Amino acid sequence: MGFEINGKTYETDEEGYLVNLAEWDEEAAKYLAKEEKVEMTESHWEVVNFLREYYNDYQIAPAVRVLTKAIGKKLGPEKGNSKYLYELFPYGPAKQACKIAGLPKPTGCI
Amino acid sequence: MTESTGGIDMDEDSSGTVKKFAFINRKAPYGTVYALESLEVVLISAAFDQDVSLMFIDDGVYQIKKGQGTKGIGMKNFSPTYRALEGYDIEKLYVEKESLEERGLTEADLLVDVEVLSRADMAALMEEQDVILSF
Repeated sequence: MGFEINGKTYETDEEGYLVNLAEWDEEAAKYLAKEEKVEMTESHWEVVNFLREYYNDYQIAPAVRVLTKAIGKKLGPEKGNSKYLYELFPYGPAKQACKIAGLPKPTGCI
Repeated sequence: MTESTGGIDMDEDSSGTVKKFAFINRKAPYGTVYALESLEVVLISAAFDQDVSLMFIDDGVYQIKKGQGTKGIGMKNFSPTYRALEGYDIEKLYVEKESLEERGLTEADLLVDVEVLSRADMAALMEEQDVILSF
């Protein structure tokens, strides 16, 4: 499975997650967001970029509780709460935002 | 504890069933899947708010050694993930002193903060656990 943008192909698994993290780029993120019916705003990009940094540092996609706490620490308490994150990503911040960020499905995401 | 009337009260339910879980890691990080599997179970266990300890013994101490290079064996270097454990509120990491010494390692060679325990103290700590999972 996969998709193609401007001649570049992106491989995805059966749940729509990118197979190869290194293939990710902004265009892929926009496509994945559209698939998830998420309209990307600056706030969405902030979370997506945060996740990419987190993955780069720790080599895992964080569980939602961990993501919430880590965002609060870095971006402030008004953003580090479930309400804010679920408003941005209604079907689950860890799941949807991770997919858009090109990360694997979070470990501990049940 | 008062008897539950069947309503869902997460706090009460979880506080009533906290057990002491120890994950014992004895094997080198690569070559077998034990280290990675253990780490994944540990991360999942964090969702259940249990009292989790990790113990590193024998070649298991290599799992948290700094400077792991895995290019040559074509494996993903998952050692940075141990540094994420703190964010999962898993902060009880114990390393056996003898195992470090036998391998010429010290606490300074490790990539996370740990408590170094003697073999005897480690045994005593195991004795306190409700559940022990050995990898």
